[in-house]
Amino acid sequence: MYAQLVKSDALKSREDMSPEERAFQDRVDNGEKIEPKEWMPEGYRKTLIRQIGQHAHSEIVGQLPEGNWITRAPTLERKAILLAKVQDEAGHGLYLYSAAETLGVSRDELLEKLHSGNMKYSSIFNYPTLNWADMGAVGWLVDGAAIMNQVPLQRTSYGPYSRAMIRICKEESFHQRQGYSIMMKMAFGTPEQKEMAQDALNRFWYPALMMFGPSDKDSVHSAQSMAWKIKMNTNDELRQKFVNETVPQAEYLGLTVPDENLAWNEDKQGYDFSEPDWSEFFEVIKGNGPCNRERLGARVKAWEDGAWFRDGLNAYADKAAARRQAASVAAE
Amino acid sequence: MSAPEAATNSATASLPDDTFVSDASLRPQFFEWLCRMGDNALILGHRTSEWCGHGPVLEEDIALANTALDLIGHTQMWLGLAGEVEGEGRDADKLTYLRDAMKFRNLLLVELPKGDMAVTIMREFLFDAYHHLMLSWLAENSKSPRVAEIAAKTLKEVSYHLDRASDLVVRLGDGSAESHRRMQEAMDLLWPYCGEMFAGDEIDAAMSDAGIAPNLDDLQTGWDAAVRDLFDEATLKMPDQGGFAHKGGKQGRHTEHLGFILAEMQFLQRAYPGATW
Ligand SMILES: [Fe+2]
Ligand SMILES: [Fe+2]
Ligand SMILES: [Fe+2]
Repeated sequence: MYAQLVKSDALKSREDMSPEERAFQDRVDNGEKIEPKEWMPEGYRKTLIRQIGQHAHSEIVGQLPEGNWITRAPTLERKAILLAKVQDEAGHGLYLYSAAETLGVSRDELLEKLHSGNMKYSSIFNYPTLNWADMGAVGWLVDGAAIMNQVPLQRTSYGPYSRAMIRICKEESFHQRQGYSIMMKMAFGTPEQKEMAQDALNRFWYPALMMFGPSDKDSVHSAQSMAWKIKMNTNDELRQKFVNETVPQAEYLGLTVPDENLAWNEDKQGYDFSEPDWSEFFEVIKGNGPCNRERLGARVKAWEDGAWFRDGLNAYADKAAARRQAASVAAE
Repeated sequence: MSAPEAATNSATASLPDDTFVSDASLRPQFFEWLCRMGDNALILGHRTSEWCGHGPVLEEDIALANTALDLIGHTQMWLGLAGEVEGEGRDADKLTYLRDAMKFRNLLLVELPKGDMAVTIMREFLFDAYHHLMLSWLAENSKSPRVAEIAAKTLKEVSYHLDRASDLVVRLGDGSAESHRRMQEAMDLLWPYCGEMFAGDEIDAAMSDAGIAPNLDDLQTGWDAAVRDLFDEATLKMPDQGGFAHKGGKQGRHTEHLGFILAEMQFLQRAYPGATW
């Protein structure tokens, strides 16, 4: 998902747990929320930091593919909606960095890890946005996939993360609707528009499926995260749910999902579908996606170019504090 | 900050009666003047939106996107009214996407490249200080109820933009040696483009005579004072008041930059005429 490949500990059995760990697990099992000042296993804290951090990074890197079309949006209303959406994503980044901060890691530390390549963001944002229908496809498929994952995470065990998810989910469903509304205009528009819509679906379908992370049989250590309720469903469950919901939406648009094996399976009451090319996924994660260099490069450049700005504000704050200090000394 | 708010800006529910809107004798001047208001918002909004995803800190990214969003909303209102006054069936989108550079009426100041954050913030302050005075006058005094209404709606957001930009000018001007230097350089770069805001022509005179818009000389006094005060606080020097000003934007003679803005902004509407989006 936005956090696709989060390393976590192997599942600890109840016998191996310390009394503290056992009490903690009982609270999680009872559906209690864990709050920042409360005791938590170190592995829980570390895994959450990785997961929330990846999620936060995905929100801010995720501004870029859509930001790419703001200055070219075809109507003032579309421009306003897109700006509002990208602004929301930055806001999501902010909530999530704040949630991570409650675990004892600063936003600057997390950003440093992003910039140095030591932390990842979702692979989806390493794909380019090449025509206007991509703004539709991103909202429809990418935000749509994000919702699949984030709705259950509203019930996650960590209080600040759960509350961030509740705020975020409200906005994500608006994002998905605006995306689908663009897709409808395009799919029901001129032949050229329909062609753009199909092209966008062709390019984003498999990368969207990859957002849920590797297949369950290859995804290690998710059992512990699930026991801790920081992962609520398996990757394959969510992917199946996404395909089931999305295929009829594509049909409504009159677009073809680029999968010859796609077929309704009456027995499982879901679609059979082709797996994405996992070797491509791992290449993208390694840095070899079509836009990895541009995306990370843009974030690093923004950070470096902004250093004087941040330093300037800090210098002013120091001066202002010194002036207040001097004034209060003089007043005594 | 929400899009539904922006999306409803263009659909004004109940409109006040306004005889100026159908006054044929004033039509060409009124239309031109409304395009000036709308184009300033549009082009500054475009430049501001270029920061999206590239700001120096997340809060700033959000604030810049919000400013751009507000300005696009203002554009919808001003150019929407311009189209109504013109009466030729052009709406805000047609005016935005299907005019060429020589038909644009924005100040040169707002079309200059976004530069670094110093240029972006300094420009926002210099323009907002003017924009705020203009809208305050219009909201209180304009004899055109439609103009007064738009001014009142946009004034709230522009007050906020001005507060934010003023605060940053002070903090960066009186910040580190480098932030001070950059802010002073930004000011020196932008200063020669400020005079155009107050350089009245026959359009401004006609609007002022009709009581729709203020006399620009009156605004300038307030602007000069506001800028001087803030610069003192920011420890920045006012550039030499040589009185020279680059002009022409208000009459459609632009810098080379505008053509590129339009090539980008208008691409889809130009490449696929007649499509709906
Ligand atoms: Fe988001
Ligand atoms: Fe979103
Ligand atoms: Fe807003």
